[in-house]
Amino acid sequence: MTTDTKVQSKGSAGEFFGKIIRNQLFIPIVALTLLVIFNLISDPGFFKIALEPSSTGNLILSGNLITIIDNASELVILAIGMTLVTSASGGQDISVGATIAIAGSTVLRIVKGYAPDIPGSQFAGMIIVSFLLCVVVSALFGAFNGALVAFFKIQPMVATLILFTAGRSIAAWINNNDNISINDKRFGYFGNFIPGIPVPTPVFITIFCIIVIALVLKFTNLRLYSQSVGINASSSRLNGINPKMIKLLTFVILGVCVAVCGFIKVSRTSSITYSVIANNIEMDAILAVALGGNNLGGGKFNLTSSVLGAYVIQFLTTTLYKFKEIDSSSISAYKAVVVILLIIISSPFVRKLIEDFKNKREAAKAEAAVGKEKA
Amino acid sequence: MKDSAVLEMRGICKFFPGVRALENVDFTLREGEIHALMGENGAGKSTLIKVLTGVYPKDGGDVTLSGQPVHIKSPQDAQNKGIATVYQEITLCPNLTVAENMYIGRTSGPFTNWNKINSSAGKLLDELGIPALPTEQLGNCSIAIQQMVAIARAVDMDCKVLILDEPTSSLDEQEVQKLFNLMRDLKAKGVGIIFVTHFLEQVYEVCDRITVLRDGKLVGEYVIEDLPRVQLVSKMLGKDFDDMAEIKNDADIEKIDYNGVPVYQAINLTGTTGIKPFDFEIHKGEVNGFTGLLGSGRSESVRAIFGADRVAGGTVKIDGKEVKIRKPLDAMKHGISYLPEDRKLDGIVGDLSVRDNIILALQVMKGFFKPFSRAQAEKFADEYIKLLSIKTASQDTPIKSLSGGNQQKVILARWLLANPQYLILDEPTRGIDVGTKVEIQKLVLKLASEGKSITFISSEIDEMIRTCSRLVVMRDGKVVGELKGDDLNQNKIMATIAGGESK
Amino acid sequence: MSVNTNALGSNKLKRRASLTDTNLLLIITIAVFIVMYICAVLFLKKGFTKPQMFFNILNENASLLVLSCGMTLVMITGGIDISVGQVTSLVCMACAVHLEKNGGNVFTSILLALGIGLAFGIVQGFLVAYMEFQPFIVTLAGLFFAKGMTTIVCSDRVPVTYEPFVKLCRTEITIPFLGSVNKKGIYVPAYVEVGVIVALIVVVVLFCLLRWTKLGRNFYAVGGNNQSANMLGINVKLTKFLAHVLCGLCAGIGGYLFFLHACSGSPLHAQGAEMNAIASSIIGGTLLSGGVGNIAGTLFGVLSLSTIKMIVTSLGLEDAWWTNITVGVMLCIFLLVQSVILARKNNKK
Repeated sequence: MTTDTKVQSKGSAGEFFGKIIRNQLFIPIVALTLLVIFNLISDPGFFKIALEPSSTGNLILSGNLITIIDNASELVILAIGMTLVTSASGGQDISVGATIAIAGSTVLRIVKGYAPDIPGSQFAGMIIVSFLLCVVVSALFGAFNGALVAFFKIQPMVATLILFTAGRSIAAWINNNDNISINDKRFGYFGNFIPGIPVPTPVFITIFCIIVIALVLKFTNLRLYSQSVGINASSSRLNGINPKMIKLLTFVILGVCVAVCGFIKVSRTSSITYSVIANNIEMDAILAVALGGNNLGGGKFNLTSSVLGAYVIQFLTTTLYKFKEIDSSSISAYKAVVVILLIIISSPFVRKLIEDFKNKREAAKAEAAVGKEKA
Repeated sequence: MKDSAVLEMRGICKFFPGVRALENVDFTLREGEIHALMGENGAGKSTLIKVLTGVYPKDGGDVTLSGQPVHIKSPQDAQNKGIATVYQEITLCPNLTVAENMYIGRTSGPFTNWNKINSSAGKLLDELGIPALPTEQLGNCSIAIQQMVAIARAVDMDCKVLILDEPTSSLDEQEVQKLFNLMRDLKAKGVGIIFVTHFLEQVYEVCDRITVLRDGKLVGEYVIEDLPRVQLVSKMLGKDFDDMAEIKNDADIEKIDYNGVPVYQAINLTGTTGIKPFDFEIHKGEVNGFTGLLGSGRSESVRAIFGADRVAGGTVKIDGKEVKIRKPLDAMKHGISYLPEDRKLDGIVGDLSVRDNIILALQVMKGFFKPFSRAQAEKFADEYIKLLSIKTASQDTPIKSLSGGNQQKVILARWLLANPQYLILDEPTRGIDVGTKVEIQKLVLKLASEGKSITFISSEIDEMIRTCSRLVVMRDGKVVGELKGDDLNQNKIMATIAGGESK
Repeated sequence: MSVNTNALGSNKLKRRASLTDTNLLLIITIAVFIVMYICAVLFLKKGFTKPQMFFNILNENASLLVLSCGMTLVMITGGIDISVGQVTSLVCMACAVHLEKNGGNVFTSILLALGIGLAFGIVQGFLVAYMEFQPFIVTLAGLFFAKGMTTIVCSDRVPVTYEPFVKLCRTEITIPFLGSVNKKGIYVPAYVEVGVIVALIVVVVLFCLLRWTKLGRNFYAVGGNNQSANMLGINVKLTKFLAHVLCGLCAGIGGYLFFLHACSGSPLHAQGAEMNAIASSIIGGTLLSGGVGNIAGTLFGVLSLSTIKMIVTSLGLEDAWWTNITVGVMLCIFLLVQSVILARKNNKK
């Protein structure tokens, strides 16, 4: 009797452990924990946060943690859209970096026409107009990608290769390849700090985006539809869903995310460098989705997990920057190691190995039980 | 006929997760004979052949080839050992040319001499009278020609065993005759041929022996002269001819008002999937069935009703009012539900939970911006899990980890929840255990007594007889008969399916 | 336009084999290239009348040509390799450091380049073919790794001064009869660099490989239909593996050619070359879904891509962004045409 209960409790403990491991949040949380521990050991002061006056004289929060959360904003917002696209179309959009350039350029095109230090109400109107226009433009480019994927059945990666190639040039074309910088300090509020508020503005924008997407998922069937389409398009069609429209929709949503990112990006520096802005961010965004444990082949997704994944990547990047001897661009070699580990862990091959191992153990257990009975 | 066995398979077993595809199947092929392998869908014919050709590894049993025990590891291995195969689905590469497809994977040396290959391919094509050019891209040819090319490839191999897995489904009469002549030639040369087909006439035309499989088990091996056509059908369908008791359940047929306005009526409905235009109507509380062998067009017909494939023409009336059904959502909005034939491909959304799978159809009908609350969805799921006694660990379990029968119940629950007037069930009992089969049939009758109209399709004729009050019989994409009342018996149905001839 | 003529042609000659997908797309590409070049010669004149302009296109793009050929192989099997650009960069840097700081010679630097390419090909090929990982993710990791390694080897530009190598870089192979007379009235012979010869050899070898060997046919079969290929008795995994290995080797060769042309190593070398290679392959008629493509097409894809860049530049639109937009538009048109052609074909069945 006693042995029986013991075995059972062991089994349930194992089950509990198994549940944790199977949880999608497991990988990003473990990665985050490892990074935190690593940083604490190598530099106990890593997580120090201070309230200091900035160059403009405002009191602001500073510290590595704030930098990470601030800098991760664009990546987090992108990861949301990328997760949806991945879920519905089973592929990734590699043009987001280039379309961020387009979005940023659109904003600057509107804003540059205004004289510096215009009155507040006019300024607010200008910002709203420029932002709305930037959303429309980005959504249209998203729809372009989406149409190629949904209606012409071109693989997402190839379809988005077009804008990946041409996007930055379109961005330059929008502003005639001028070097624009906006002198109005207020324009920088959205990418930096609003006077009197010690937390960087992008953090608020990110939180706002997360809330919006959470509400969208709550009050529409976006989750159910895009997952169904991603898992089994044929079955979804027979249940009355239009897979093409859903794919298109996810690309448009990604377009809106891109617009927000582009706006933050240009606001950060009040200027734009067409060839450098948001460089390689598409790779990081895809990585965030993968790190979140989402299947890059489409289907079920977990946004929390992707968002967490995005923060982990920014954390990793910042941590690597901390090592002075590492050049900024060689960071990618270390990222590559992370990617390889990830794909190996999440591959069907390894999963099969684990399953086989589990089955064998179970078989052995069953055999042992039979043996016991006989004895 | 020479009597030495060229191929012997003993006690072959093959398991798929949750399914016993083959159980202790024996099969013997003698030199210079044409041996038909018969059985309804899911009987295990294709699995047996894939085990033989090394596509699936076998889970038990022995194979001997000309007396030598062999272990076949891969399709290439099978080819090298002298087993040539033409598969049911065309397994050629559509992007290569005809000649390339005929010779790829079986030439020696690292280089290929195109002139030689093209000319020898051309010669072979001429010999077999296949109207294709060696340099033509296979994808540009019609399906029939592609199938002939696959046959040419197999025939050209110097083989001991030739397997033809439903090669004739896309061929016309003339082409079939050509193929038969070819088979007879090869037979004379001592090649053993395994011939899988659903066309009974063809079996009786060329075959020497028949092996019948049912539900993954061997029914028996017969010499063709000893097995009349109707008996073969009864063996395939699993009903012994002699004790075909009348188990007809005439459930209140009188109640059905055949003169009233039909719930659903189609006039001259034309699909794009190879079926002839057909008329069809169903009344309130009626259970009807489409029957016919595989490939007769029974599934294509109901798919056309649901708008699952593009509909080319015809008039559709619901309750007497003319409506347009172009896509599944139209049909759903008009109260039609459709449980598809291929559960895995068209039915379940594998990774989604049981709950999401249950509410899917109703949710889609309700609209994109009106999701059910979590509590509401749980209530629906609970209700139907109980109603259909679906065995699942929880509502959140992904549907793909359920057994076939329970998956089918979940899909059924999905469509019942949508509360249709007219429910189409295409093979709802395929590949599931006997208990669930009975449950589903009972449910069908219960639903009909509640006033719903149901179309029920099954490969098992006695299921159809038990549940349906009217049967539409199809052959070769055409409606060839409609049986009701006293005509609804095994003999009559089989005779109609087999093509007029009885015993 | 070319689509219509083809359709007509096949109707007229019923007994002649209708075009294969590969040939159809190849003809479109060649036609587009020729029309484009003739237009350039007729309307732009500037440099296009001189044959040297054409050779300059080759000189500039020898490396891209080799990379694209490797990419085509992988794409024919239904995969993709986005690491080739960064591998090129890594090869340049490694060879430059090898020659300048480690006292290597030309021969060992060539071996080094091939070794790096092969290593990437083998590892990525193994992961894709035998471990069944998605090629995009595997080669994305390869891209990151190569990029990081390049800066780890050296983070600055390394110009090469090693005498024998510089000589090799400067070697110009004169082409008889095609020279031109410059403004001062002096005859300037037409020339190509050594790299062009190597690139053309690679093109010919790979063309023959695809055309006349069993392995080449197996590439097409695997890309056309994985399962059918298996049933037809082809070792699918080995075939995919070899495609990646060959692509890696091409990246090594292409990297060395880039090195020869640039005569230096820099982390900024060959930025985005993978996308140019993919674009060239697609313009050359390779389908990303696999099974269709041709090395000759890729050659014309590279030429078309480079010519359009040249045309844009000589139109006076100096800014680089015009080129990119044109390339993007071109890519878009080609993708749409391919998609429509294939959809129509599938509908016919």
